[in-house]
Amino acid sequence: MRFFRWLAGFVFLAALIIFIFAVLKVDAQAKLMLFLLICFLLSLIRVLKGPTPADRSVATDIFGILVIGFCAILAVYTNKDWYMDIAIAWGLQSFIGVLALAKFLEGRNFDD
Amino acid sequence: MIEILMLFFIVVGIAFDLFGCLGLIRMPDIYNRLQTSTKCVTLGTCSILFAVFVKFGFTAAGVKALLCILFLLLTAPVSAHALARGTHRSGVKLWEKSVCDKYAEDRKV
Repeated sequence: MRFFRWLAGFVFLAALIIFIFAVLKVDAQAKLMLFLLICFLLSLIRVLKGPTPADRSVATDIFGILVIGFCAILAVYTNKDWYMDIAIAWGLQSFIGVLALAKFLEGRNFDD
Repeated sequence: MIEILMLFFIVVGIAFDLFGCLGLIRMPDIYNRLQTSTKCVTLGTCSILFAVFVKFGFTAAGVKALLCILFLLLTAPVSAHALARGTHRSGVKLWEKSVCDKYAEDRKV
């Protein structure tokens, strides 16, 4: 059973990588962005099937950090500097949200 | 040359992000997931932001990227520590093959 779960995950990742590198006919920058989208997909899987609320909070934290990286890649490849403003604002908002989630997990109220 | 350096930093960053999210899927326990994913993803995103600084130089966007790196390096450990503390206090059990739990021993005394 454990072996089959390993095999399923390996086949899934290998199929995605082969699909991105060999089948798709787009330029190299779009391929790099697709790799980052795979990261988004993995963290969303953890949000969907996490057993406890703490797992979902961790995956939300990781999602917020990944959005900053995605904004940075967009800033590189479109030559617009206002993407960095979006990245900084998203980082601040994600940090405060994660702190509120941690306080909620601990069982305290927000004004303690 | 600058193009090659920028591409190198972006590829390193995306590799770290991918491995961090793979750890988020693969690890058996919430504490292991937290440890793996937070470190790898923070380092990967900082590398991508440094690629932005390499491309733009000391203009507005580059300095904003450096500021974002500083902010991320300051806040990611704080949020990870707060999440781990809140999880442990809310009563989530460790993995059954874990060896020791120093925080529970400290709180018992």
